[in-house]
Amino acid sequence: MYPTNYKYTKEHEWILVEGHTGTIGITDHAQQELGDIVYVDLPKPGTAVEVGKALGSVESVKAVSDIYSPVTGEILESNTELAAAPEKLNADPHGEAWLVKVKLASLAEVDGLMSATDYQAYLGE
Amino acid sequence: MESAAGALRKTPLNAVHRASGAKMVDFGGWDMPVQYTGILDEHAVVRNRVGLFDVSHMGELEIRGPQALELVNWVSCNDASKLQVGQAHYSGLILENGGFVDDILVHKFADDHFFLCVNASNQDKDFEHVQKQGSDRGFDATVENIGPTLSQIAVQGPRAVETLQKLTATPLAPIGYYWFTTGEVSGAPATIARTGYTGEDGFEIYVPNSEAPRLWNELLTAGEEFGVKPAGLGARNTLRLEAAMALYGHEITDELNPLEAGLSWIVKFNKGEFLGKRKLEEIKAAGLKRKLCGFKMTGRGIGRDGYEIQIDGSPAGWVTSGGPGPTVNLNIGLCYLPIEQAKTGQPIQVMIRNQAVDAEVIATPFYKRAK
Repeated sequence: MYPTNYKYTKEHEWILVEGHTGTIGITDHAQQELGDIVYVDLPKPGTAVEVGKALGSVESVKAVSDIYSPVTGEILESNTELAAAPEKLNADPHGEAWLVKVKLASLAEVDGLMSATDYQAYLGE
Repeated sequence: MESAAGALRKTPLNAVHRASGAKMVDFGGWDMPVQYTGILDEHAVVRNRVGLFDVSHMGELEIRGPQALELVNWVSCNDASKLQVGQAHYSGLILENGGFVDDILVHKFADDHFFLCVNASNQDKDFEHVQKQGSDRGFDATVENIGPTLSQIAVQGPRAVETLQKLTATPLAPIGYYWFTTGEVSGAPATIARTGYTGEDGFEIYVPNSEAPRLWNELLTAGEEFGVKPAGLGARNTLRLEAAMALYGHEITDELNPLEAGLSWIVKFNKGEFLGKRKLEEIKAAGLKRKLCGFKMTGRGIGRDGYEIQIDGSPAGWVTSGGPGPTVNLNIGLCYLPIEQAKTGQPIQVMIRNQAVDAEVIATPFYKRAK
Protein backbone atom coordinates (compact mmCIF):
# COMPACT_ATOMS: atom_id res chain seq x y z
CA MET A 1 0.00 0.00 0.00
CA TYR A 2 2.66 2.54 1.04
CA PRO A 3 5.59 2.54 -1.41
CA THR A 4 8.83 1.71 0.37
CA ASN A 5 10.88 4.16 -1.71
CA TYR A 6 8.77 7.10 -0.41
CA LYS A 7 9.25 9.01 2.85
CA TYR A 8 6.30 10.17 4.94
CA THR A 9 5.34 13.01 7.27
CA LYS A 10 3.15 13.04 10.36
CA GLU A 11 0.83 15.37 8.42
CA HIS A 12 0.30 12.60 5.86
CA GLU A 13 2.34 13.82 2.93
CA TRP A 14 4.77 11.63 1.02
CA ILE A 15 7.92 12.56 -0.87
CA LEU A 16 9.89 10.61 -3.44
CA VAL A 17 13.45 11.86 -3.81
CA GLU A 18 15.28 11.36 -7.09
CA GLY A 19 18.57 13.21 -7.27
CA HIS A 20 17.81 16.68 -5.93
CA THR A 21 14.17 16.58 -7.01
CA GLY A 22 11.40 15.65 -4.63
CA THR A 23 7.93 14.66 -5.80
CA ILE A 24 5.32 15.38 -3.13
CA GLY A 25 1.82 14.05 -2.63
CA ILE A 26 -0.68 13.16 0.07
CA THR A 27 -1.02 9.65 1.43
CA ASP A 28 -3.79 7.17 0.89
CA HIS A 29 -4.69 7.60 4.55
CA ALA A 30 -5.03 11.36 3.98
CA GLN A 31 -7.37 10.97 1.02
CA GLN A 32 -9.48 8.47 2.94
CA GLU A 33 -9.79 10.85 5.87
CA LEU A 34 -10.65 13.77 3.60
CA GLY A 35 -13.26 11.95 1.56
CA ASP A 36 -14.25 13.20 -1.89
CA ILE A 37 -11.68 15.77 -2.97
CA VAL A 38 -13.18 18.57 -5.03
CA TYR A 39 -10.52 21.25 -5.23
CA VAL A 40 -6.74 21.49 -5.20
CA ASP A 41 -4.74 24.70 -4.81
CA LEU A 42 -1.07 24.38 -5.73
CA PRO A 43 1.80 26.88 -5.99
CA LYS A 44 3.26 28.07 -9.28
CA PRO A 45 6.72 26.99 -10.45
CA GLY A 46 9.38 29.18 -8.91
CA THR A 47 7.59 29.54 -5.58
CA ALA A 48 9.82 29.02 -2.55
CA VAL A 49 8.57 26.47 -0.06
CA GLU A 50 9.73 25.88 3.48
CA VAL A 51 9.72 22.70 5.49
CA GLY A 52 6.67 22.46 7.73
CA LYS A 53 4.93 25.42 6.05
CA ALA A 54 1.79 25.16 3.95
CA LEU A 55 2.55 24.89 0.26
CA GLY A 56 -1.04 24.61 -0.89
CA SER A 57 -4.34 23.06 0.05
CA VAL A 58 -6.76 20.34 -0.87
CA GLU A 59 -10.47 20.60 -0.26
CA SER A 60 -12.96 17.85 0.24
CA VAL A 61 -16.69 18.38 0.13
CA LYS A 62 -16.60 19.16 3.82
CA ALA A 63 -13.34 20.89 4.59
CA VAL A 64 -10.08 22.54 3.58
CA SER A 65 -6.75 20.96 4.52
CA ASP A 66 -3.33 22.49 4.20
CA ILE A 67 -0.58 20.54 2.54
CA TYR A 68 2.64 21.00 4.52
CA SER A 69 5.90 20.87 2.68
CA PRO A 70 8.13 18.02 3.87
CA VAL A 71 11.17 19.94 2.64
CA THR A 72 12.61 23.37 1.88
CA GLY A 73 13.15 24.24 -1.74
CA GLU A 74 11.64 25.67 -4.88
CA ILE A 75 8.63 24.48 -6.87
CA LEU A 76 9.69 23.08 -10.24
CA GLU A 77 6.30 21.91 -11.40
CA SER A 78 2.79 21.43 -10.07
CA ASN A 79 0.35 18.79 -11.28
CA THR A 80 -1.97 20.96 -13.35
CA GLU A 81 -4.19 18.02 -14.30
CA LEU A 82 -5.59 17.98 -10.79
CA ALA A 83 -7.36 21.31 -11.28
CA ALA A 84 -9.79 19.71 -13.71
CA ALA A 85 -9.78 16.27 -12.08
CA PRO A 86 -9.26 16.59 -8.31
CA GLU A 87 -10.96 13.21 -7.81
CA LYS A 88 -7.73 11.61 -9.03
CA LEU A 89 -6.41 12.33 -5.55
CA ASN A 90 -8.91 9.83 -4.18
CA ALA A 91 -8.18 7.28 -6.88
CA ASP A 92 -4.38 7.32 -7.09
CA PRO A 93 -2.79 9.48 -4.36
CA HIS A 94 0.59 7.73 -4.50
CA GLY A 95 0.89 7.81 -8.28
CA GLU A 96 -0.88 9.82 -10.94
CA ALA A 97 -2.14 12.39 -8.43
CA TRP A 98 1.22 13.68 -7.21
CA LEU A 99 0.96 17.36 -6.29
CA VAL A 100 4.27 19.15 -6.87
CA LYS A 101 7.89 18.59 -7.77
CA VAL A 102 10.41 20.51 -5.68
CA LYS A 103 14.09 21.28 -6.10
CA LEU A 104 15.48 20.34 -2.70
CA ALA A 105 17.62 22.82 -0.77
CA SER A 106 19.03 20.05 1.42
CA LEU A 107 18.92 16.28 1.13
CA ALA A 108 19.46 16.00 4.89
CA GLU A 109 15.91 17.16 5.61
CA VAL A 110 14.56 13.99 4.07
CA ASP A 111 16.46 11.80 6.55
CA GLY A 112 14.20 12.94 9.38
CA LEU A 113 11.05 11.66 7.66
CA MET A 114 9.36 8.32 8.26
CA SER A 115 9.87 5.19 6.21
CA ALA A 116 6.82 3.30 4.91
CA THR A 117 7.11 0.88 7.83
CA ASP A 118 7.38 3.71 10.35
CA TYR A 119 4.45 5.52 8.77
CA GLN A 120 2.22 2.47 8.92
CA ALA A 121 3.19 1.99 12.56
CA TYR A 122 2.37 5.67 13.11
CA LEU A 123 -1.07 5.09 11.59
CA GLY A 124 -1.49 2.12 13.87
CA GLU A 125 -1.89 -0.31 11.00
CA MET B 1 -27.34 15.34 29.03
CA GLU B 2 -24.00 17.03 28.46
CA SER B 3 -21.62 14.85 26.57
CA ALA B 4 -18.03 14.57 27.70
CA ALA B 5 -15.44 13.16 25.33
CA GLY B 6 -16.14 9.49 24.80
CA ALA B 7 -19.72 9.92 26.02
CA LEU B 8 -21.40 10.97 22.80
CA ARG B 9 -25.12 10.45 22.47
CA LYS B 10 -26.04 7.60 20.16
CA THR B 11 -29.11 6.84 18.11
CA PRO B 12 -30.61 3.33 18.17
CA LEU B 13 -29.01 2.85 14.74
CA ASN B 14 -25.47 3.54 15.94
CA ALA B 15 -24.35 -0.10 15.88
CA VAL B 16 -25.88 -0.54 12.42
CA HIS B 17 -23.86 2.40 11.07
CA ARG B 18 -20.65 1.20 12.65
CA ALA B 19 -21.15 -2.32 11.32
CA SER B 20 -21.64 -0.93 7.80
CA GLY B 21 -18.30 0.89 7.95
CA ALA B 22 -19.70 4.42 8.10
CA LYS B 23 -17.33 7.21 9.00
CA MET B 24 -18.60 8.58 12.29
CA VAL B 25 -18.21 12.12 13.62
CA ASP B 26 -19.11 14.11 16.70
CA PHE B 27 -22.08 16.13 15.47
CA GLY B 28 -23.14 18.50 18.25
CA GLY B 29 -22.52 15.84 20.87
CA TRP B 30 -23.98 12.99 18.80
CA ASP B 31 -21.99 10.13 17.31
CA MET B 32 -23.36 10.30 13.76
CA PRO B 33 -22.46 8.91 10.32
CA VAL B 34 -21.01 11.65 8.11
CA GLN B 35 -20.68 9.28 5.16
CA TYR B 36 -20.90 5.64 4.17
CA THR B 37 -19.47 5.34 0.66
CA GLY B 38 -18.73 9.00 -0.05
CA ILE B 39 -20.58 12.29 0.10
CA LEU B 40 -20.74 12.82 -3.67
CA ASP B 41 -22.03 9.31 -4.30
CA GLU B 42 -24.66 9.59 -1.56
CA HIS B 43 -25.69 13.03 -2.82
CA ALA B 44 -26.24 11.63 -6.32
CA VAL B 45 -28.14 8.61 -4.97
CA VAL B 46 -30.65 10.91 -3.26
CA ARG B 47 -31.04 13.12 -6.34
CA ASN B 48 -31.44 10.20 -8.75
CA ARG B 49 -32.69 7.22 -6.76
CA VAL B 50 -33.37 6.99 -3.03
CA GLY B 51 -31.31 7.49 0.12
CA LEU B 52 -31.91 6.62 3.77
CA PHE B 53 -30.87 9.01 6.52
CA ASP B 54 -30.80 8.27 10.22
CA VAL B 55 -32.06 11.52 11.73
CA SER B 56 -32.99 10.03 15.07
CA HIS B 57 -30.89 12.67 16.78
CA MET B 58 -33.58 15.21 15.91
CA GLY B 59 -35.85 16.17 18.79
CA GLU B 60 -39.61 15.82 19.08
CA LEU B 61 -41.92 17.73 21.39
CA GLU B 62 -45.56 16.92 21.90
CA ILE B 63 -47.99 19.64 22.95
CA ARG B 64 -51.40 18.58 24.14
CA GLY B 65 -54.36 20.18 25.84
CA PRO B 66 -57.28 22.56 25.27
CA GLN B 67 -54.84 25.43 24.61
CA ALA B 68 -52.23 23.49 22.65
CA LEU B 69 -52.87 25.67 19.60
CA GLU B 70 -52.59 28.88 21.63
CA LEU B 71 -49.24 27.78 23.04
CA VAL B 72 -47.88 26.75 19.62
CA ASN B 73 -49.03 30.03 18.13
CA TRP B 74 -47.47 32.01 20.98
CA VAL B 75 -44.00 30.43 20.72
CA SER B 76 -43.82 30.11 16.91
CA CYS B 77 -44.16 32.70 14.16
CA ASN B 78 -46.14 30.76 11.55
CA ASP B 79 -49.90 30.44 12.02
CA ALA B 80 -50.72 26.95 13.29
CA SER B 81 -54.45 27.80 13.28
CA LYS B 82 -54.27 27.44 9.49
CA LEU B 83 -53.12 23.81 9.73
CA GLN B 84 -55.61 21.04 9.15
CA VAL B 85 -55.37 17.74 10.97
CA GLY B 86 -52.63 15.78 9.18
CA GLN B 87 -50.89 18.87 7.87
CA ALA B 88 -47.45 20.20 8.79
CA HIS B 89 -45.57 23.43 8.25
CA TYR B 90 -42.17 25.01 8.70
CA SER B 91 -41.94 27.60 11.44
CA GLY B 92 -39.62 29.28 13.92
CA LEU B 93 -39.47 29.43 17.69
CA ILE B 94 -38.76 33.13 18.10
CA LEU B 95 -37.12 35.05 20.92
CA GLU B 96 -38.31 38.41 22.20
CA ASN B 97 -35.43 40.03 20.22
CA GLY B 98 -36.77 38.54 16.99
CA GLY B 99 -33.97 35.95 16.70
CA PHE B 100 -34.45 32.21 16.57
CA VAL B 101 -34.56 29.76 19.44
CA ASP B 102 -34.79 27.17 16.67
CA ASP B 103 -36.47 26.37 13.38
CA ILE B 104 -39.09 23.64 13.57
CA LEU B 105 -41.71 21.60 11.79
CA VAL B 106 -45.18 21.80 13.34
CA HIS B 107 -47.51 18.85 12.77
CA LYS B 108 -51.18 19.03 13.72
CA PHE B 109 -52.49 15.68 14.98
CA ALA B 110 -55.73 17.09 16.43
CA ASP B 111 -57.15 20.39 17.60
CA ASP B 112 -55.60 19.72 21.01
CA HIS B 113 -52.47 17.86 19.88
CA PHE B 114 -49.42 19.23 18.05
CA PHE B 115 -46.08 17.60 17.37
CA LEU B 116 -42.92 19.62 16.87
CA CYS B 117 -39.81 18.28 15.16
CA VAL B 118 -36.82 20.31 16.38
CA ASN B 119 -33.06 20.36 15.88
CA ALA B 120 -30.96 17.78 17.71
CA SER B 121 -28.64 20.19 19.46
CA ASN B 122 -31.51 22.51 20.46
CA GLN B 123 -33.99 19.96 21.76
CA ASP B 124 -33.34 20.42 25.47
CA LYS B 125 -33.31 24.20 25.14
CA ASP B 126 -36.48 24.13 23.03
CA PHE B 127 -38.29 21.89 25.48
CA GLU B 128 -37.45 24.17 28.42
CA HIS B 129 -38.37 27.25 26.41
CA VAL B 130 -41.78 26.00 25.28
CA GLN B 131 -42.57 24.59 28.70
CA LYS B 132 -41.61 27.84 30.44
CA GLN B 133 -43.64 29.95 28.02
CA GLY B 134 -46.60 27.64 28.55
CA SER B 135 -46.51 27.95 32.32
CA ASP B 136 -45.57 31.67 32.38
CA ARG B 137 -48.49 32.51 30.13
CA GLY B 138 -50.80 30.08 31.90
CA PHE B 139 -51.80 28.10 28.82
CA ASP B 140 -53.80 24.96 29.53
CA ALA B 141 -51.42 22.66 27.65
CA THR B 142 -48.72 20.14 28.48
CA VAL B 143 -45.35 19.86 26.79
CA GLU B 144 -43.60 16.53 26.60
CA ASN B 145 -40.13 15.80 25.25
CA ILE B 146 -40.65 12.53 23.40
CA GLY B 147 -37.41 12.74 21.43
CA PRO B 148 -35.63 10.13 23.55
CA THR B 149 -38.28 7.52 22.71
CA LEU B 150 -38.51 8.14 18.97
CA SER B 151 -36.29 7.36 16.03
CA GLN B 152 -36.58 9.20 12.76
CA ILE B 153 -35.61 7.82 9.37
CA ALA B 154 -35.72 10.02 6.27
CA VAL B 155 -36.39 8.22 2.99
CA GLN B 156 -35.52 10.75 0.29
CA GLY B 157 -35.32 10.74 -3.46
CA PRO B 158 -37.41 10.13 -6.58
CA ARG B 159 -37.82 6.44 -5.70
CA ALA B 160 -38.79 7.10 -2.05
CA VAL B 161 -42.51 6.46 -2.58
CA GLU B 162 -41.92 3.09 -4.23
CA THR B 163 -39.42 2.05 -1.58
CA LEU B 164 -41.54 2.92 1.43
CA GLN B 165 -44.77 1.69 -0.17
CA LYS B 166 -43.41 -1.87 -0.15
CA LEU B 167 -43.43 -1.79 3.66
CA THR B 168 -46.75 -0.12 4.40
CA ALA B 169 -50.43 -0.61 3.59
CA THR B 170 -50.96 3.15 3.94
CA PRO B 171 -51.36 4.57 0.44
CA LEU B 172 -48.47 7.02 0.10
CA ALA B 173 -49.23 8.67 -3.23
CA PRO B 174 -52.22 10.64 -1.84
CA ILE B 175 -50.11 12.16 0.97
CA GLY B 176 -49.37 15.69 -0.19
CA TYR B 177 -46.13 17.57 0.38
CA TYR B 178 -46.07 18.71 4.01
CA TRP B 179 -48.93 16.38 4.98
CA PHE B 180 -48.61 13.32 7.18
CA THR B 181 -50.51 10.32 8.45
CA THR B 182 -50.17 7.65 11.07
CA GLY B 183 -50.02 4.01 10.14
CA GLU B 184 -47.70 1.06 10.25
CA VAL B 185 -44.42 0.48 8.53
CA SER B 186 -43.69 -3.23 8.48
CA GLY B 187 -45.87 -3.70 11.54
CA ALA B 188 -44.33 -0.86 13.55
CA PRO B 189 -46.50 2.10 14.54
CA ALA B 190 -45.27 5.09 12.54
CA THR B 191 -45.94 8.70 11.75
CA ILE B 192 -45.31 9.06 8.03
CA ALA B 193 -44.71 12.65 6.91
CA ARG B 194 -44.04 13.77 3.36
CA THR B 195 -41.33 16.19 4.44
CA GLY B 196 -37.58 16.39 4.03
CA TYR B 197 -34.40 18.39 4.01
CA THR B 198 -32.94 17.48 0.65
CA GLY B 199 -34.97 19.26 -2.03
CA GLU B 200 -36.29 15.88 -3.20
CA ASP B 201 -39.58 14.08 -2.75
CA GLY B 202 -39.61 11.77 0.22
CA PHE B 203 -40.74 10.95 3.70
CA GLU B 204 -39.65 11.34 7.27
CA ILE B 205 -40.94 8.50 9.40
CA TYR B 206 -41.08 8.55 13.18
CA VAL B 207 -41.01 5.14 14.89
CA PRO B 208 -40.34 3.74 18.38
CA ASN B 209 -36.62 3.32 19.06
CA SER B 210 -36.90 -0.45 19.41
CA GLU B 211 -38.17 -0.78 15.81
CA ALA B 212 -35.57 1.44 14.14
CA PRO B 213 -32.78 -1.08 13.37
CA ARG B 214 -35.23 -3.59 11.89
CA LEU B 215 -36.96 -0.95 9.75
CA TRP B 216 -33.65 0.48 8.58
CA ASN B 217 -32.58 -2.91 7.30
CA GLU B 218 -35.98 -3.65 5.77
CA LEU B 219 -35.95 -0.29 3.96
CA LEU B 220 -32.52 -1.11 2.54
CA THR B 221 -33.84 -4.42 1.29
CA ALA B 222 -37.09 -2.92 -0.03
CA GLY B 223 -35.20 -0.22 -1.90
CA GLU B 224 -32.56 -2.50 -3.35
CA GLU B 225 -34.31 -2.71 -6.72
CA PHE B 226 -34.41 1.11 -6.85
CA GLY B 227 -30.74 1.53 -5.92
CA VAL B 228 -31.19 2.66 -2.32
CA LYS B 229 -28.17 3.52 -0.19
CA PRO B 230 -27.69 4.93 3.28
CA ALA B 231 -26.65 8.58 3.24
CA GLY B 232 -24.86 10.51 5.95
CA LEU B 233 -24.82 14.01 7.34
CA GLY B 234 -22.29 15.11 4.73
CA ALA B 235 -24.72 14.52 1.87
CA ARG B 236 -27.58 15.87 3.97
CA ASN B 237 -25.69 19.16 4.11
CA THR B 238 -24.82 19.40 0.40
CA LEU B 239 -28.40 18.46 -0.50
CA ARG B 240 -30.00 21.05 1.77
CA LEU B 241 -27.50 23.70 0.64
CA GLU B 242 -28.46 23.19 -3.02
CA ALA B 243 -32.10 23.48 -1.95
CA ALA B 244 -31.12 26.64 0.02
CA MET B 245 -32.73 25.38 3.22
CA ALA B 246 -31.61 27.08 6.41
CA LEU B 247 -29.46 25.34 9.02
CA TYR B 248 -29.66 26.53 12.61
CA GLY B 249 -26.37 28.05 13.75
CA HIS B 250 -25.60 29.13 10.19
CA GLU B 251 -28.35 31.01 8.30
CA ILE B 252 -30.41 31.47 11.45
CA THR B 253 -29.27 31.99 15.05
CA ASP B 254 -30.49 33.67 18.21
CA GLU B 255 -29.22 36.93 16.71
CA LEU B 256 -30.59 36.58 13.17
CA ASN B 257 -34.26 37.08 12.49
CA PRO B 258 -36.56 35.37 9.97
CA LEU B 259 -37.09 38.54 7.93
CA GLU B 260 -33.43 38.97 7.03
CA ALA B 261 -33.09 35.19 6.60
CA GLY B 262 -35.58 35.35 3.72
CA LEU B 263 -38.20 33.57 5.82
CA SER B 264 -40.84 36.29 6.02
CA TRP B 265 -43.24 33.72 4.56
CA ILE B 266 -43.27 31.96 7.95
CA VAL B 267 -43.93 35.18 9.90
CA LYS B 268 -47.68 35.76 10.17
CA PHE B 269 -48.09 39.22 11.69
CA ASN B 270 -51.86 39.10 11.35
CA LYS B 271 -52.41 35.99 13.47
CA GLY B 272 -52.41 37.75 16.86
CA GLU B 273 -49.73 38.16 19.50
CA PHE B 274 -46.67 35.92 19.55
CA LEU B 275 -43.29 36.03 21.20
CA GLY B 276 -40.97 38.32 19.25
CA LYS B 277 -43.76 39.84 17.17
CA ARG B 278 -43.26 43.37 18.51
CA LYS B 279 -39.56 43.33 17.71
CA LEU B 280 -40.10 41.84 14.26
CA GLU B 281 -42.65 44.58 13.51
CA GLU B 282 -40.11 47.21 14.55
CA ILE B 283 -37.44 45.61 12.37
CA LYS B 284 -39.81 45.49 9.43
CA ALA B 285 -40.93 49.11 9.94
CA ALA B 286 -37.32 50.33 10.22
CA GLY B 287 -36.39 48.42 7.05
CA LEU B 288 -34.03 45.46 6.83
CA LYS B 289 -30.31 46.21 7.04
CA ARG B 290 -29.07 42.94 5.59
CA LYS B 291 -30.43 39.95 3.77
CA LEU B 292 -29.51 36.34 3.14
CA CYS B 293 -28.44 35.77 -0.47
CA GLY B 294 -27.22 32.90 -2.60
CA PHE B 295 -23.92 33.13 -4.43
CA LYS B 296 -21.84 31.15 -6.87
CA MET B 297 -18.09 31.31 -7.09
CA THR B 298 -16.94 32.71 -10.42
CA GLY B 299 -13.24 32.62 -9.51
CA ARG B 300 -11.33 29.52 -8.48
CA GLY B 301 -12.06 28.50 -4.92
CA ILE B 302 -14.75 27.43 -2.53
CA GLY B 303 -16.37 29.92 -0.17
CA ARG B 304 -16.97 28.19 3.13
CA ASP B 305 -18.88 28.76 6.35
CA GLY B 306 -17.66 31.85 8.18
CA TYR B 307 -15.58 33.34 5.37
CA GLU B 308 -15.78 37.12 5.00
CA ILE B 309 -17.48 38.71 2.01
CA GLN B 310 -16.08 41.92 0.57
CA ILE B 311 -17.47 44.31 -1.98
CA ASP B 312 -15.01 46.69 -3.65
CA GLY B 313 -12.40 45.88 -1.03
CA SER B 314 -14.55 46.55 2.03
CA PRO B 315 -16.05 44.01 4.43
CA ALA B 316 -19.71 43.54 3.51
CA GLY B 317 -20.90 40.30 5.06
CA TRP B 318 -20.14 36.65 5.71
CA VAL B 319 -20.76 33.20 4.33
CA THR B 320 -23.25 31.25 6.45
CA SER B 321 -22.87 27.98 4.52
CA GLY B 322 -20.76 27.28 1.49
CA GLY B 323 -19.30 24.40 -0.45
CA PRO B 324 -19.56 22.44 -3.63
CA GLY B 325 -23.01 21.92 -5.12
CA PRO B 326 -22.57 18.52 -6.75
CA THR B 327 -25.80 18.50 -8.76
CA VAL B 328 -25.68 22.12 -9.91
CA ASN B 329 -21.97 21.66 -10.54
CA LEU B 330 -21.04 25.02 -9.04
CA ASN B 331 -19.33 26.10 -5.86
CA ILE B 332 -22.20 27.76 -4.04
CA GLY B 333 -23.11 29.32 -0.75
CA LEU B 334 -25.43 31.45 1.29
CA CYS B 335 -24.30 34.75 2.76
CA TYR B 336 -25.53 37.86 4.48
CA LEU B 337 -25.11 41.09 2.53
CA PRO B 338 -26.15 44.71 3.12
CA ILE B 339 -29.65 45.20 1.78
CA GLU B 340 -28.43 47.57 -0.96
CA GLN B 341 -26.18 44.88 -2.42
CA ALA B 342 -28.52 41.95 -1.84
CA LYS B 343 -29.55 41.56 -5.46
CA THR B 344 -29.04 39.00 -8.18
CA GLY B 345 -26.01 39.72 -10.34
CA GLN B 346 -24.18 41.71 -7.65
CA PRO B 347 -20.44 40.98 -7.89
CA ILE B 348 -18.90 40.07 -4.52
CA GLN B 349 -15.58 38.72 -3.33
CA VAL B 350 -15.19 35.87 -0.89
CA MET B 351 -12.08 36.11 1.28
CA ILE B 352 -10.55 32.66 0.93
CA ARG B 353 -7.45 32.37 3.05
CA ASN B 354 -6.62 36.09 2.65
CA GLN B 355 -7.30 36.10 -1.08
CA ALA B 356 -10.30 37.90 -2.55
CA VAL B 357 -11.96 35.45 -4.95
CA ASP B 358 -14.77 36.57 -7.25
CA ALA B 359 -18.31 35.42 -6.78
CA GLU B 360 -21.74 36.61 -7.82
CA VAL B 361 -25.12 36.80 -6.14
CA ILE B 362 -27.57 34.38 -7.77
CA ALA B 363 -31.17 33.38 -7.15
CA THR B 364 -32.07 30.55 -4.76
CA PRO B 365 -32.80 27.72 -4.51
CA PHE B 366 -29.76 26.64 -6.47
CA TYR B 367 -31.49 23.35 -7.21
CA LYS B 368 -35.16 22.71 -7.76
CA ARG B 369 -36.46 19.28 -8.63
CA ALA B 370 -38.64 18.77 -11.70
CA LYS B 371 -42.24 18.29 -10.56
